[in-house]
Amino acid sequence: MRLIKTLMVAATALAVTAFVAPTFAADDPGPAAYAQALKGKRVMLVPLAMGFDLAQGWAHYLKKEVEAWGGTFETRDPNWVVDAGAQAITDAISSDTRPDVLIIHAPDLNSYSKLMKKAQAAGTYVLLVDNPANFPADAFVGSDWDRLGQLEAEAAIKGCGENSSKKIGLVQGDQANSSSLYQYAGIMKVLDKHPDFKVVAKPDSNWDATTSRNVTTTMLQQNPDICSIIDFWDGDATGASAAIRDAKLDGKVFLVTTGGGEKAADCDKLADGTYGAVVMTELARQSGDMNAIIKFLLQSGQPAGTSHTYIYTLEKATTKADLKPDSCWDLKALQAEAAAK
Amino acid sequence: MNAIGWLNLRSLNQEGIVFAIAVVLFVAAAIGLPGFIDANNLVAIVRSVSVLGILALGMAVVIIGRGIDLSAVAIMAMSVAWYLQLLNTGTSDGLAFAYVLAGVLAIGLLNGFLVAYADVPAIFVTLATGSFVFGYVRSQLITQDAVPVPQGHWVELLGGLRFLDIPIEVFVFAGLAFLLFLFLRYTKWGRYIYFAGDNPVAARNIGVPVRPMLVLRYVLSAFVALIAGLLTAASLHSINTRIVNSTLLYDIVLVAVIGGIGLSGGRGGVRNVLVGAALIGILLNAMTIIDIPLLYQNLIKAAILLGAIIVDGIINPRDEQTAQQGDI
Repeated sequence: MRLIKTLMVAATALAVTAFVAPTFAADDPGPAAYAQALKGKRVMLVPLAMGFDLAQGWAHYLKKEVEAWGGTFETRDPNWVVDAGAQAITDAISSDTRPDVLIIHAPDLNSYSKLMKKAQAAGTYVLLVDNPANFPADAFVGSDWDRLGQLEAEAAIKGCGENSSKKIGLVQGDQANSSSLYQYAGIMKVLDKHPDFKVVAKPDSNWDATTSRNVTTTMLQQNPDICSIIDFWDGDATGASAAIRDAKLDGKVFLVTTGGGEKAADCDKLADGTYGAVVMTELARQSGDMNAIIKFLLQSGQPAGTSHTYIYTLEKATTKADLKPDSCWDLKALQAEAAAK
Repeated sequence: MNAIGWLNLRSLNQEGIVFAIAVVLFVAAAIGLPGFIDANNLVAIVRSVSVLGILALGMAVVIIGRGIDLSAVAIMAMSVAWYLQLLNTGTSDGLAFAYVLAGVLAIGLLNGFLVAYADVPAIFVTLATGSFVFGYVRSQLITQDAVPVPQGHWVELLGGLRFLDIPIEVFVFAGLAFLLFLFLRYTKWGRYIYFAGDNPVAARNIGVPVRPMLVLRYVLSAFVALIAGLLTAASLHSINTRIVNSTLLYDIVLVAVIGGIGLSGGRGGVRNVLVGAALIGILLNAMTIIDIPLLYQNLIKAAILLGAIIVDGIINPRDEQTAQQGDI
């Protein structure tokens, strides 16, 4: 009896130990290492300006995530002024609270190259977002503008159709911004493969809606049979669409543009027929990519400037036909969410 | 010698030169560029400079009175952006418009008061108030660079308005030009502006209310800017405050100065604005048809401004008797 009892106690003890042991194993070392690497780290976003949909969307998603892992998230607003952006970056690098990760939305290929080099030398990881630059950043997250241009051109060709005039007009941004230059290159690549399609005019809008309207008016005046216009940004494509409306060519000219996929700026205008197709950036996913690479870099232990990663966001030309309730994100909803806190 | 109709070069003023250049350009474009002379294209030319021309009318009144208003573009964009923001957040139309009118009046009064009574040079006052208006409205009153016009609002309907297939802003430009012409030419206060601009001290000595009139001019300019802003929003169905960073302000000064309104004050009128606007309109339209890149367009525009200022300096030299430190 006693033996049996002892054996039973031993068995119970064994069983208990067996149960306890996995609890020890479940103490995953991941979260502790993660918290230790990330806690208190500073992330700063310097976009071209804080006043437009893309920047506000990025800031929303980044802030949510960075603050969740115990970091500090800050933004600077250069308000489209290149010098002000340079000043903001310089101040950030030399301040006591130097950011550990600097996310830069470059205004052109070269302006911030030296500053970004300085930032890396000081130990700050540099992320380029949306606009590429002539600088080996730790990571680039954004659109492959060449590919984006190709998608626009394909959408324009499809929008024109085989029995159209096959005349396409471009409203470029400017001749300095990489997004404009690469977009143009992409469009021309596709059009080279379709020699029957011709670009009849390619004025610049300088990203201004009134200028876009005026040049589009002239373009339509000169070529009333244009079947499609590609405007390089939804921020000024409102001007091109006004010109089409004024020329009473709504429905006859297929307007293609690109944007951040914000509801009022893109989806609403696809729905009401203002735009024929919009190549939209999936902003939440793009922000997610940034968050992932930030978390990777901060845990990697590698010095800033060691590796150079390109993370291109998946792009797609959306038309009215394939518009879905979740095709766009809603800036108003994000602002309401932020205000509610 | 020149009595038989030969052009007397010495008698040719800047307005004449610019008018001649505009005519030459027009004829050259009409012959060389297909579709230029088309009625619709001509309407498009006038329309493309309407808002610019309206702003230049406001600027002209200020410059004739020996001042300058560098806050015009900020007032234009920010007042309308605030108005639309108020509408979008549910303020009633009447109340929103009253707020904006009061705001525009206040900035005009502030500009005028600081120039007239505090004796601060206009160029500094308006540069500062322009930055203030932009910064305050952008940071405190609106949430985004671009503010859309609410669907079905009268501003949107205004943009679609046409008479004889001509957009409404062309008529507003013409109407304002005519009103301003009457004001400057036939009213006592209109004539006073020339006196005050030509020689402020003498004007004051003969009893012209120089200071209150200075204030009036800046208020006028501010209201003209509001009208220009409303027309811009009407056409584009939104207003983008980024326009404050653009070269629009310099284009306004360009139109006024190139038409022959001397920066030293006391000279010029509505006709000069129309001539300046015509030249710029024809030039921009022709350059767009030829497909000249924007960089070169700006270069050409800037070269013409520089030329006009040099010619202005030679033809309308500073009046050494009345010029003073701080004049522009």
